[in-house]
Amino acid sequence: MITFGQIKKAVLVSIWFMFLTFPIMVIRVNPVEHIVEWRWKNMLLVGVGSFILSFVWHYFIRRKELGAQKAELGEWAEAIPLAQRIRSKKTLYKPALVAAGIFALAFPFIFSLYQTNIMASALIYVMLGLGLNIVVGLAGLLDLGYVAFYAVGAYAYALLNYHFGLSFWMVLPIGAALGATFGILLGFPVLRLRGDYLAIVTLGFGEIIRIILENWNEFSFGPSGIANIPRPSLFGIDLSVHNATIYIYYIMIGLCLLTIFVVNRLQDSRIGRAWIALREDETACQAMGIDKTKTKLTAFALGAMWAGMSGVVFAAKTTFVNPASFTIWESIIILCIVVLGGMGSILGVIAGALVLILMPEYLRALSEFRMLAFGILLVVMMVFRPGGLIPNVRRTYKFEGVANDEKS
Amino acid sequence: MKNYLGKACIAVIVLVCSMFMVSGVGLATDTIKLGVAGAHSGDLASYGIPSVKAAELVVKDINARGGILGRQVVLLVEDDVCKPEVATNTATKLLSQGVDVVMGHICSGATKTALGIYKAENIICMSPSATNPPLTQSGDYPNFYRTIASDDAQARLEVDYALNVLKAKKIAVLHDKGDYGKGLAEFAKGFLEKDPRSTVVLYEGVTPGAVDYSAVVQKISRSEADAVIFGGYHPEASKIIMQMRKKRMDTAFISDDGVKDDTFIKVAGKYAEGVYATGPRDTSKNPLAIAATEAHKKAYGSDPGAFFLNAYAATQALLNAIEKAGSTDYQKVSQALKTEYVETPLGRIKFDDRGDAIGIGFSIYQVRDGVYVEVK
Amino acid sequence: MDYFLGLFLGGLTRGSIYALIALGYTMVYGIIELINFAHGEIYMIGAFTALIVISVLTLMGMNTIAILVIAGVIAVVYSSAYGYTLEKIAYKPLRAAPRLSALISAIGMSLFLQNYVLLAQTSDFLPFPNLVPDFEFMEPYAHIIGSAEIVILITTAIVMILLTILIKFTNIGKAMRAASQDKTMALLVGINVNRVISFTFVVGSATAAIGGVLIASHIGMINFYIGFIAGIKAFVAAVLGGIGSIPGAVLGGFVLGWTESFATGYISSDYEDVFAFLFLVLILIFRPQGILGRSDKHKA
Repeated sequence: MITFGQIKKAVLVSIWFMFLTFPIMVIRVNPVEHIVEWRWKNMLLVGVGSFILSFVWHYFIRRKELGAQKAELGEWAEAIPLAQRIRSKKTLYKPALVAAGIFALAFPFIFSLYQTNIMASALIYVMLGLGLNIVVGLAGLLDLGYVAFYAVGAYAYALLNYHFGLSFWMVLPIGAALGATFGILLGFPVLRLRGDYLAIVTLGFGEIIRIILENWNEFSFGPSGIANIPRPSLFGIDLSVHNATIYIYYIMIGLCLLTIFVVNRLQDSRIGRAWIALREDETACQAMGIDKTKTKLTAFALGAMWAGMSGVVFAAKTTFVNPASFTIWESIIILCIVVLGGMGSILGVIAGALVLILMPEYLRALSEFRMLAFGILLVVMMVFRPGGLIPNVRRTYKFEGVANDEKS
Repeated sequence: MKNYLGKACIAVIVLVCSMFMVSGVGLATDTIKLGVAGAHSGDLASYGIPSVKAAELVVKDINARGGILGRQVVLLVEDDVCKPEVATNTATKLLSQGVDVVMGHICSGATKTALGIYKAENIICMSPSATNPPLTQSGDYPNFYRTIASDDAQARLEVDYALNVLKAKKIAVLHDKGDYGKGLAEFAKGFLEKDPRSTVVLYEGVTPGAVDYSAVVQKISRSEADAVIFGGYHPEASKIIMQMRKKRMDTAFISDDGVKDDTFIKVAGKYAEGVYATGPRDTSKNPLAIAATEAHKKAYGSDPGAFFLNAYAATQALLNAIEKAGSTDYQKVSQALKTEYVETPLGRIKFDDRGDAIGIGFSIYQVRDGVYVEVK
Repeated sequence: MDYFLGLFLGGLTRGSIYALIALGYTMVYGIIELINFAHGEIYMIGAFTALIVISVLTLMGMNTIAILVIAGVIAVVYSSAYGYTLEKIAYKPLRAAPRLSALISAIGMSLFLQNYVLLAQTSDFLPFPNLVPDFEFMEPYAHIIGSAEIVILITTAIVMILLTILIKFTNIGKAMRAASQDKTMALLVGINVNRVISFTFVVGSATAAIGGVLIASHIGMINFYIGFIAGIKAFVAAVLGGIGSIPGAVLGGFVLGWTESFATGYISSDYEDVFAFLFLVLILIFRPQGILGRSDKHKA
């Protein structure tokens, strides 16, 4: 299996990496006391490690290329992902859905408060991911400032509650409306922009919102944030922390189901098709008579709406908001959820959110290597599954012929 | 399908929640579980990790002497990265593990988030470093204590020093836009504006992590300030002070205990000379502080980091209160914290009704020949 | 007037650093249309490598000028090597994939490199020695501009000139321009496009490393996180000038540097970044392709 050529390649790779990592891995300096520490052991580690990894890497790259060749030749047998096959078979699909539903409902009683809490966080990100999926996945507008709408929702609840004592359930629709309004506000100036110009302007928008929240003390209480935001109450009864967490978990399950339902319906609606057309080719889309302005603005508004809502839940769950929770990293994480899960695919986005949000929690055992592993995972995932965990399969429409129609 | 699920959801929620309200949560164990929470990774890790080491040292010491009330002390160390949303995970994880008392959180925002959760479960929480005044002054958190002075106390000290000792007339107040730095700067500005002896000529936030601060430094220079009061952490402080001195400005620089860190002197080098910073009263002569520092050097082979002694004192105060109270009962421990004095590296301390420590003083330090020296 | 001049030169210095980093973004983007998110990390690695080399050489007792030159050269070599490897691992396998996948891969690489330096070195800030001596003839102007800033400006100018010569007059420069216009056509006329892409990464990383060493020496401190913010700002500069255009990246860097400097100087540094971004939005509303960008109708 392993040829001489491959060994030679691996040796070269390992020498290259030993050279590459030499200053940073081997030498550690203390510029104050002028101490230089040489850690030769690390060099050996890098050498051996990269030698082995080189084999693994090239093996998988070859497999991937082989798969690509097969696909070109028309051998599609393995190409349909598992999730899609389950979906297409009614007998498998329904029991799987019911099992997932029962598991989701029973979750807080099987696992501890901590597990319920992080699962509720993950569900907030499912919602955020599904919302961003409308903008990025369906309409193909790269938005790096999505967190701004999340912040709008969170501050809407915090401030409306602080000043007017509005309750969670009253603010939830207000948050959604505010999110959508800000989405349209952002949408107007960027209508003419494409691709990466759009990305950088949305990034700027996200930062502007955060900086305003940081500096405008009279309005937002600045970086010290707003504390003591009430958790949602159940028919006017205040719950203990434990029960409130479970309650929020169920609220999130409900909201996620709503999101899935709505996004699913949107996808197949007239406006959903227009988004996909816009993503594929803006010029052709306009030529087909689709109103570009309206289509783009609805994508921004409907995407931002979910972020506004999840912001409200976020504020209720953490009971504290400050601008530090809404940095650009948050936008990036949400974008990662969408792309890693599979752009445009609802199931993929859910899987992406669960993996990306729960993994750092379960990786706590790795402690300081946590973020390192996270970075590697992103690269490896993208290299070997560029379409995402559960890629979206475009709905295909077949014309079955007139004969079929007559039969049915 | 989905409609049914929704209705089923609501039904189950109501059922379940009513069940939960009846049953209480109670855990009895034969160990005392001390939670240690704070930033143990990420960019603020250097403020959180020393507290873990402090707790480890105190607990090792106490367990070697047979524990407390005949029970061994177990540490539950959890990271919150100083982010409020992660702090809820940290707090619930500690609760799920049946924690008795918590030493932490490091940042004020994360502390506020976690306190809400601890309060509901009657868990006492003591922070070595959260300085935000409302934590103790608002009365919202009866379960909170701290072994550090609050922002307003520090700001008061800085302002008094600038006015009384340095006789500064024009003062520039800067901050790093963070919850710690800006909070402090707001108080400093407030105190200065009330005092007729001086004017605030500049009040600005600098962007943390910016490539350089030359424009802000130009602005300070134009404002002709006699003194700069800076609220924030040492990386920004050293960048500003270095650019000021390179521009040949000899304006006095007064800052807080986020800057009273040896890393500041190491990074700013000769430019750090003459900088003032507030910090806990000089502890170099306290035998307990010397012993704690020595123990750290022996166990970890390095000098302790920021807030180490505060965390050491907090751990001791918590465990002492449990011992005096004879149990981990919330009421009894609270009572013990407020009545029983305890000898710590920061001095002989107890806590007032709001949760601030009595017996910990703050003083002004100045960098002289590469070390912080207390200014009398 | 001194005040205005101080702000102007401060903005120019900051802008030069942005420009040096933005060049890498813009060249890579011009050829493979990828936002190389990890580019800021290359700049950070350049600065770290320089610090390590300087510390080792200082212990060996070399004189300052020799240290400066050697550290600079090694930092450039290593940054280029990292840039080259980065492309081979994280971007080349994704050439045919959706563009966003490559972006996520780049974000992953950025996280990896940050934490790699954090773990292998330290999370603390490290002091970076001041390599540029205070020139005596500069002393009367020290309150406006320092010697280090002069060195930054001159170095940036030299790098720009060299880069222009490289792209305008050498064979590889011609190949780069050809590949950025049409990769398939470039292949057909016998250009090794893969090699051109690698070369682009190497050159871009080298300029970032120069920026890294210069600014670290000026600011006097580094840690593993400095690349992120500088990288974002440089990206803004590249887009502002028209991404893909090399003079655009330089101009974008200067414009951004000045905007920030004057906004801080005449308004408030509280909203420094807000003004920078608002200015960007304004320019893009009237010139959606950036200041010097090509208006490219068929590119989506």
